[in-house]
Amino acid sequence: MVAASFKFNIDGIEVEATEGQSVIEACDEAGIYIPRLCHHPELPPSGNCRVCTCKINGRHSAACVTPAAHGMVIENDTPQLTSDRRAVIEMLFVEGNHPCPYCVASGDCELQALGYRLGMVAPTQPYQWPERKIDATHPDIYLDHDRCILCSRCIRASRMEDGKTVFGFEGRGIAMRLNVDAQGGLGETQMAAIDKAASVCPVACIVIKRHNYQVPNGSRRFDKTPIGSDIEAKRTRRQS
Amino acid sequence: MHPVEVIEMVSFYAFFDQTPRGRNRIRLSKTPISMMNGAREVAEAFGQSLGIAMGETSLDGMFTLEWTNDIGMADQEPAALVNGMILTSLTPLDVPGIIAALRHEEDGLGLSSYPPTAAQALKLPKSNVRPSLIQAGPLLTRPVVRARGLKAALAMTPEKVIEEITSSKLRGRGGAGFPTGMKWRLTRKSAGKEHYILCNADEGEPGTFKDRMLLAEFPDLVFDGLTIAGYALGSQHGILYLRGEYAYLWETLQETLRTRRSLGLLGANICGRQGFDFDIRIQLGAGAYICGEESSLIESLEGKRGSPRDRPPFPTERGYLQQPTAIDNVETLICAARILEKGVAWFTSYGTKESAGTKLISVSGDCARPGVYEVPFGVTVSELLDLVGGADAIYVQVSGPSGHSVAPKDFGRSIAYEDLSTGGSTMVFGPQRDVLDVAMQFAEFFVEESCGWCTPCRVGTTLLKQGMEKVLAGRATLSDLSEMEALGQTVVRMSRCGLGQSAPNPILTTMRNFPELYEARLAAVPFTPLVTLHDALREAVAVQGREPLSEET
Ligand SMILES: Cc1cc2nc3c(=O)[nH]c(=O)nc-3n(C[C@H](O)[C@H](O)[C@H](O)COP(=O)(O)O)c2cc1C
Ligand code: SF4
Ligand code: SF4
Ligand code: SF4
Ligand code: FES
Repeated sequence: MVAASFKFNIDGIEVEATEGQSVIEACDEAGIYIPRLCHHPELPPSGNCRVCTCKINGRHSAACVTPAAHGMVIENDTPQLTSDRRAVIEMLFVEGNHPCPYCVASGDCELQALGYRLGMVAPTQPYQWPERKIDATHPDIYLDHDRCILCSRCIRASRMEDGKTVFGFEGRGIAMRLNVDAQGGLGETQMAAIDKAASVCPVACIVIKRHNYQVPNGSRRFDKTPIGSDIEAKRTRRQS
Repeated sequence: MHPVEVIEMVSFYAFFDQTPRGRNRIRLSKTPISMMNGAREVAEAFGQSLGIAMGETSLDGMFTLEWTNDIGMADQEPAALVNGMILTSLTPLDVPGIIAALRHEEDGLGLSSYPPTAAQALKLPKSNVRPSLIQAGPLLTRPVVRARGLKAALAMTPEKVIEEITSSKLRGRGGAGFPTGMKWRLTRKSAGKEHYILCNADEGEPGTFKDRMLLAEFPDLVFDGLTIAGYALGSQHGILYLRGEYAYLWETLQETLRTRRSLGLLGANICGRQGFDFDIRIQLGAGAYICGEESSLIESLEGKRGSPRDRPPFPTERGYLQQPTAIDNVETLICAARILEKGVAWFTSYGTKESAGTKLISVSGDCARPGVYEVPFGVTVSELLDLVGGADAIYVQVSGPSGHSVAPKDFGRSIAYEDLSTGGSTMVFGPQRDVLDVAMQFAEFFVEESCGWCTPCRVGTTLLKQGMEKVLAGRATLSDLSEMEALGQTVVRMSRCGLGQSAPNPILTTMRNFPELYEARLAAVPFTPLVTLHDALREAVAVQGREPLSEET
């Protein structure tokens, strides 16, 4: 059975979507980039970061968790939304500890790349300087909690893709942290370096040991093109 | 189930622990109202007698002393929750007697018999909740005869019941004001194996206690409403989600349910109506304000963290256990029961065009007669103040921290969905109070109650609180204020659920309505412009062409 297709409008552009797609999925396919952080194309959406918030039919809603519907009118690329998204990115920067210049993920990090794309210079909000520990108990992976942005990608990947439930949240509010399924740390869990959960982290929290700096700084994913370029390329290609 | 999932759930709720704590849990209610009534002095007295600070456990493992957010006793603060029992109107002089009673372990006042019984509570000094209803209106005028509305409903078809509720224009009393008839219709027509009707008795908004009063003083009316809703929706299962703070009502509510079963008002073929089988169970919350939000409530009922769900799907389509579910506030259900009993015309003869009927208002703070008042919608703030003996108020917080900070210039505004919409909380502050200090306490409340799921609320509430701290310390500049306002607006726009969307309200609405108080707290900086705050902000933004940067502290 072919799913019914319909149209909606985003920033004046008509987009075709099929039943069951989220707004972000339909826009990705059409080559329209909606900034996002917790969304991962291979995982069920969770709506944690709120970076993908758009004005959908006049209401602020997260594009990754909103099903596309016929006739929707969506605002995405507006000065207001860009500034709100930048503010949210800033919040994540000051919530954790992010010394980009000497971080293994620099140039490959989705948080950093979004900061650049959204025009963040230096955070204007006060740094929270949380005290978080590094978990190096696993032979192949270390967890640098300072970088964790609580996006839940690893939690979803471990539960839905790996069938393992290695990760979970602990606590609530500003005290919320990523937790692992063993008191003794990641090394005592079922985690393996080939797990989906090991490869989805948008920042440098879940890091595979001994693989760092294989690609030198300067030639990494976002060193060359801004985040979202791959999606936007689809549209440019189609237009030309 | 994995350990990480257990910790995920346990660590979410304030009333669950991961490490052993005292055999007696003393939780003092921390709200602006309790503080005004001497809660700090009571806390000090407990601390001194037990030799521990707030948050600590005594060495013998007998006592843990801590603060908790509003426990629904704003008309009789300072109040405390001790092993689930409620203590009210505390003074430091009460403390020795309370501790002595708890030390007397043979009385069995410890946590081992939770939820506590009324007999237990009798042994604890000050464990006495005063009746809170001060003024009844048409809704609560006695006599209240059990099952009248229910019998009237059962004489109609379920569709007709929904039609009656729809034409009464009844809107949800929990705060959001959604038309109840429409909610019931949507739930009824959704396909599902089962349909559920949930009564939201989480009542976590600081300053409200009218649902507690209704459950304590009119339980049969609540259950009538819930049963009527069950009939209208085609549901067999009603669940009352009772906030953990109200565990002291457990025993009497269960007793009421037992009586109703024995009278044929619950169970199979209710009131002889063939095929209408319905029962009600009660589930206790565990200390989380967010669980009053309907989708969080459902998650919590399912035994998980109370983090809200994204919508769609709405609960009316896929709610509890993924089945069609309607969630109604306690007061809404009572209205429904009375509408069926007394008729649509009776109900719509009260209130305003868009707000039919009456509203229960929980009044606390600087007024002569705190308590619950039933007033018709449309009443103004100053009329309400006259009624409760609070005419010299300088500030009224309507609808709790997530609502509106109302200044005297707006006391002519009215309580109604079309003007000052409210769940019922009304906190009155007299001339001796510091408005900004109250706003700060509300900001702190949201920091503690944010569920943490989404960035803008998890981080933004903390940043807002820090901004407010700076203002109170006299270190903030004009640009800090505009920064804080911009941040607040971002949190409103970007947050995932109603908690984050309203968390900046105390700050944003006091900034708007009491700008002179903020101006008076600004740091002495060179060239302080001699213009109003509003003009100054506009100027600063225009000159810089962007939102100004904050001064590093
Ligand atoms: C953070 C938050 C807390 C809430 N707390 C309550 C509550 O304690 N009681 C309540 O009835 N509704 C509460 N609500 C509103 C519910 O989500 C829901 O709208 C209401 O229970 C529906 O019932 P009603 O239509 O009868 O008002 C809360 C909403 C939010 C966003
Ligand atoms: S994780 Fe990303 S944002 Fe954080 S320090 Fe590393 S590169 Fe920077
Ligand atoms: S470890 Fe990485 S993937 Fe997991 S929640 Fe933190 S930032 Fe997200
Ligand atoms: S707005 Fe606050 S309470 Fe609501 S989901 Fe986000 S973090 Fe949780
Ligand atoms: S990408 Fe949609 S909320 Fe994070």
